[in-house]
Amino acid sequence: MMDRPTGILAVGVGGQGIILATEILSELALSAGFDVKKSEVHGMSQRGGAVLAAVRFGEKVYSPLITEGEADYLLAFEKLEALRNINYLTPDGVLIANNREIYPAPVAAGLMDYPSDIEERLRKCAKNLVLLDAMELAFKAGHPRTLNVVLLGVLSTFLKIPVELWEKTIRRRVPGKAIDANMRAFHLGREQRREE
Amino acid sequence: MAKVVLSGNEAVARGAYEAGVHIATAYPGTPSTEILENIGRHYPEVYAEWAPNEKVAVEVAMGASFGGARSLAAMKHVGVNVAADPMFSFAYTGINGGFILVSADDPSMHSSQNEQDNRQYGKFAKLPVLEPSDSQEVKEFVILGYQISERFNTPVIIRLTTRVSHSKSVVELGERKEVPIKPYVKDPAKYIVMPHHARLLHRELEERLKKLKAFSEATEVNRIEWGNREIGIVTDSISYQYAKEVFPDATVLKLGMVFPFPDKKVRELAAAVEKIYVVEENEPFIEEHIRMLGIPCIGKDKVPILYELNQKRVREAFFGKSKREEIDISDLPPRPPALCPGCPHRSVYYAAHKLKLTVTGDIGCYTLGTMPPLDAMDTCICMGASIGNAFGLELAQGKNFSKKMIATIGDSTFIHSGMTGLAEVAYNKGITTVVILDNGVTAMTGGQQHPATGKTLRGETTRKLDFVALAKAMGIEKVYETDAYNLKEVKERLKEATTADEPVVIVNKGKCILERRGEKFVPFAVDAEKCIGCKICLGLGCPAISFDKEKNKAQIDPILCVGTACTLCSQVCPTEAIGEMEGK
Repeated sequence: MMDRPTGILAVGVGGQGIILATEILSELALSAGFDVKKSEVHGMSQRGGAVLAAVRFGEKVYSPLITEGEADYLLAFEKLEALRNINYLTPDGVLIANNREIYPAPVAAGLMDYPSDIEERLRKCAKNLVLLDAMELAFKAGHPRTLNVVLLGVLSTFLKIPVELWEKTIRRRVPGKAIDANMRAFHLGREQRREE
Repeated sequence: MAKVVLSGNEAVARGAYEAGVHIATAYPGTPSTEILENIGRHYPEVYAEWAPNEKVAVEVAMGASFGGARSLAAMKHVGVNVAADPMFSFAYTGINGGFILVSADDPSMHSSQNEQDNRQYGKFAKLPVLEPSDSQEVKEFVILGYQISERFNTPVIIRLTTRVSHSKSVVELGERKEVPIKPYVKDPAKYIVMPHHARLLHRELEERLKKLKAFSEATEVNRIEWGNREIGIVTDSISYQYAKEVFPDATVLKLGMVFPFPDKKVRELAAAVEKIYVVEENEPFIEEHIRMLGIPCIGKDKVPILYELNQKRVREAFFGKSKREEIDISDLPPRPPALCPGCPHRSVYYAAHKLKLTVTGDIGCYTLGTMPPLDAMDTCICMGASIGNAFGLELAQGKNFSKKMIATIGDSTFIHSGMTGLAEVAYNKGITTVVILDNGVTAMTGGQQHPATGKTLRGETTRKLDFVALAKAMGIEKVYETDAYNLKEVKERLKEATTADEPVVIVNKGKCILERRGEKFVPFAVDAEKCIGCKICLGLGCPAISFDKEKNKAQIDPILCVGTACTLCSQVCPTEAIGEMEGK
């Protein structure tokens, strides 16, 4: 029997760089010698809705999708989206979540409240949790758009893929003038894990 | 050759390139759009264009085929409905240069109005249907498709689904093989489908289907992967991946060509296994065929007909619900999509809401005008339907009703199939008001050019369709342009137009804000001293504006706000509390 593929699910809000993050992950997996598949939903989600993208890699991957209970890593770019997708995590899965809040339309319009107990609920549900202010680190790295690479930096400390390969893949995929900021973002993300 | 990770749509583009395709055309539509975008971006050897609609795309690709070129037309599943008329005749005439129609279906309706299953079109129009299940197969099936097309003198359908089109997997690249363009030879008995020709052509078509069936029986893309003999699974498309994941040890008949159907392969499987499961999305297309052969099988009794499948749904279909405990998240606020901050469509829907108008809608971003708090849409059916729907409502409910109604349609959608609706209104003495929401781009699918943008798919300058002149040419006298960011003007013009006793066309102009990403705008902010907490600005449904309950004040997110590009919130604020951020 083959080993089950490793599943990484990235969730958040349109415009946060989720698709690029999973593009980087799938290229990384391919260059590390794995079979890899990636899926995402386009269309309506581009207009401020929730975004969900999945990467699976291993010896052989059939389905490109991650269903409930199959994400070994949940990479959440926004706190509410972390909780919304918590059921995708495996029992031993790792949740890496940005603690920033982005209000969905019903909250912005004052019709519903943004839940105040999200962090508490995440701590209860996820055995392995890295909760961080990734936006602050992105600003520190030089640009808010490096948020996605900060989160990849945290993830890199869990996966057995050489750090040089991560750096090489990120360099290849981010815009030329943003390479330095992204390298800083990647290492700021990596340091987060060590500081725990 | 190199291995790369490609989406199914990128693999169609790559396959077309390697197969030596000369001409590719499409109308954008999720999940098919990236096929032509990628041909346009990466493969200058292939002529690539956006057609005004899918019917024109097929007619152009058909003409190119008659002219001896290898051609391709790509569209979403409902686009095939628009293109069905020429496709059915194309089945009769056959091809000269190879032709492939790519239909990208959308099970689960991620971005569509229905989940029609276009495998049925193969049977209906009598055309072979190929169904790849990952990106490598997509590329190979495009190349195979042209071989089938030219060997059997037939158009070929390649049917993808959202998960084939938009999932990425590993593809081994090959070289382009140039194919010479064949000469065009005048042949009325082939290319003119008048009745006495068509009767003979239909006879030929039935003969061709027999040959295609023999091919389907022999081809490697319909193959049995032998495993244990308890269960034999028949499957196609992305469902194959789910079936392999759930039943790794079962025997699987993988159908890469579902029409014409390989009867003998199913019989071979049935003779060797104890029972047959059919794993397919949506319609029981394969299942019905197996049952017709008199072979018992388990399909839609267990596998849901609604929505797309995945490994979990397939597993639960056969083994029952998992006992895993779910964490309750039902209390969380949803995150629905909304019109972007600074969207030029907002003013029309805000004004329509305030004027309590009946609004017939159409297909595009502006369908989001239905979301609260704008809540300003009554119907949305298919491309171009807004105008005909409005005129029909006018006929049924009378002219006074029509005076409280507008049809709203995007610029690209209007060109796609709204023009004929407008001709209907003008010709049959309607008084319908039509608002063309002209944001200068096909926005919903990610910003493609169209005949009124002045640019081709590859960004070359070209002729530009003039909406005002077009409406006037149809005999409509009251034709106006409005500035989408001038709320007062939009509202006044809507009031005037809806009360007129003649048809009116309003071209509401404002460039899609996503197309202006390079420009610098100064975001707006709320002056807390002036804000009285009236919440009028929240009625715009702008994602950048929120309400701070504790302070009882509106607030604006400076990262989302495009401020000076839009200004609508400052126009509705009764106390002039909204304006440019200080110090910027």
